[in-house]
Amino acid sequence: MDMIEAKHLSRAFGKAHRPWAKQSPDALRAVDDVSLRVAAGEIYGLVGPDGAGKTTFIRLLCNAIRADAGEATIAGYSAARQPELARAQIGYLSQRFSLYEELTVLENLRFFAEVRGLPAQEWKPRCHEILAFVGLDEFGSRRAKLLSGGMKQKLGLAAALVHRPRVLLLDEPTTGVDPLTRQDFWQLIIRLVSDAEHGVAVLVSTPYMDEASRCGRIGLLHHGHLLTEGTPTQLRATLQGRVLELAGTPLRALRRIAEQDVGVEDVQMFGDRLHLRVKPGAGDDVISRLRAPAAPLQVTRLRSVPPQLEDVFIALTAEVAAMPTTEGK
Amino acid sequence: MSTVILADNLTRRFGDFTAVDHVSFEAQTGEVLGYLGPNGSGKTTTIRMLLGLIRPTEGRAEVMGFDVQHDTERLRRQCGYMSQKFALYDELTVWENLTFYAGVYGVNERARLNETLKWVGLVGQEKTRTTALSSGWRQRLALAIAFIHRPRLLFLDEPTSGVDPTARRMFWDLIYALAEEGVTVLVTTHYMDEAEYCGRVGIMRAGKLLAMDTPSNLKAKALPGRAWDVFAEPLLKSLAVLEATPGVTRAGLSGDHLRAITLPGVDVNALHAALGAAGVTVAAVDAVEPSLEDVFLALAG
Repeated sequence: MDMIEAKHLSRAFGKAHRPWAKQSPDALRAVDDVSLRVAAGEIYGLVGPDGAGKTTFIRLLCNAIRADAGEATIAGYSAARQPELARAQIGYLSQRFSLYEELTVLENLRFFAEVRGLPAQEWKPRCHEILAFVGLDEFGSRRAKLLSGGMKQKLGLAAALVHRPRVLLLDEPTTGVDPLTRQDFWQLIIRLVSDAEHGVAVLVSTPYMDEASRCGRIGLLHHGHLLTEGTPTQLRATLQGRVLELAGTPLRALRRIAEQDVGVEDVQMFGDRLHLRVKPGAGDDVISRLRAPAAPLQVTRLRSVPPQLEDVFIALTAEVAAMPTTEGK
Repeated sequence: MSTVILADNLTRRFGDFTAVDHVSFEAQTGEVLGYLGPNGSGKTTTIRMLLGLIRPTEGRAEVMGFDVQHDTERLRRQCGYMSQKFALYDELTVWENLTFYAGVYGVNERARLNETLKWVGLVGQEKTRTTALSSGWRQRLALAIAFIHRPRLLFLDEPTSGVDPTARRMFWDLIYALAEEGVTVLVTTHYMDEAEYCGRVGIMRAGKLLAMDTPSNLKAKALPGRAWDVFAEPLLKSLAVLEATPGVTRAGLSGDHLRAITLPGVDVNALHAALGAAGVTVAAVDAVEPSLEDVFLALAG
């Protein structure tokens, strides 16, 4: 069953037209006609740059702001017309979540449990259950301010889940968090949806492609539009055979040569190699042309590699930037 | 090429705690060197020693030929620093922020300021308040400020965290242009995406430098064995099976599938057999190229 459903959701803000500013050229519409569904047991990644409309979209789902057009439903309840019922089904966590630093872990959770209306006899077993799930059951009496960053984040997740929501909304939950903590956090999120009994639907916004690749499905949000949607595998397949990896010396000179090749659409430089995006079907020709450059240039590796989500993102946003209808470009 | 950073058994203890533990490495002119590690792994303490802000307990370091303990003033004049958390004055304009920090560095030629602004692509936005800039543009302004006194060595702390791939790539093209002109860049970061942009990457854990090599070499050599994507249902049961399979050094959930790292000698048949014996349904077991994250988790996890 679809736990999150957005139909033609739109929201505009009255800001001046400034192409270099946070708002995109058509930023008057922060979220523009976005439709998507997230089923129970699914993790949906809403991927996009700063200012793409990710946070606005999540706020529309919570009914924290009103939609100009379209409708959102949460576990079957209308976000706008049944806001209390809809919100009761939502757990929400952003990187800016706040805890009471002077309270203990358990006291913090009890607070969130009571705010969320858990009955008196139920909060304690539920708090212990959820603390065990996030791995903090031994720290119930520790004051929140004495927790490490990773533990605070787990407590934030426990607080978001304490009332057993069926929809979990995560707004850039791991921004600024170190990679070991992020790994732990994602293991918990995937466990949560993999447990058929609870059937939670998760929507997570992120600017990071490595995080997006852990989602079951991804929607690419750009200037308020949902550009494309699919599983990570499906999205990568759109560029199958079109990404080449080139290593050699000197890399910067090789880059200039690659940029001039007729079969190459785009060159991205990394620390020790280049990624070339080639025109459809041009891979072999490009390889034969670039394989043996004139001395002293040297190519040590040139081969087709599996496309990464980052390649897909750049290719798609470049297409949009090249579209004449995108004003101000 | 010459050696810009020379760290020789650099060590720093705070009481009983060893923040940096006998770290040795070199960086050459024009190199973009990454330093990857979790919080508290010693990245910042290393940089503070390289800048002469704190003294090593043991070992030594030379930066651009200056001894970090004795020539700190001259050394720091040659260094620039930029952090994701860099404090731009939100209520000031682009131009006001630039001139303020330029003044701090004793730079006041207007031509220099204009040239720097042009380099990062902010010409025309001088009167824009920084609060109105998107994060990608804020980062470029912060870079302009860090480079206003034309340092030979640039320290970047998570310079592009939180920005999208397109903005990140534009930022890195600016960094590569600097490196080509002989500026050496040392990047500390949490993010694998960012580390991929470095020519060499050092991985830190608990004060120790565990490995330092190009991203390609780290992926090719730093893992004990191979990386696999395993598509099997039910997912959690499959995870438990893999975790209990001999030769599997790490198994984790990765979206709709599992990621496993195995010792050499474990092949696709062995993984199929282990999963099949436990009664899970296996759709595919694919050998994949390890990611920098696989390497990082294997070394630092």
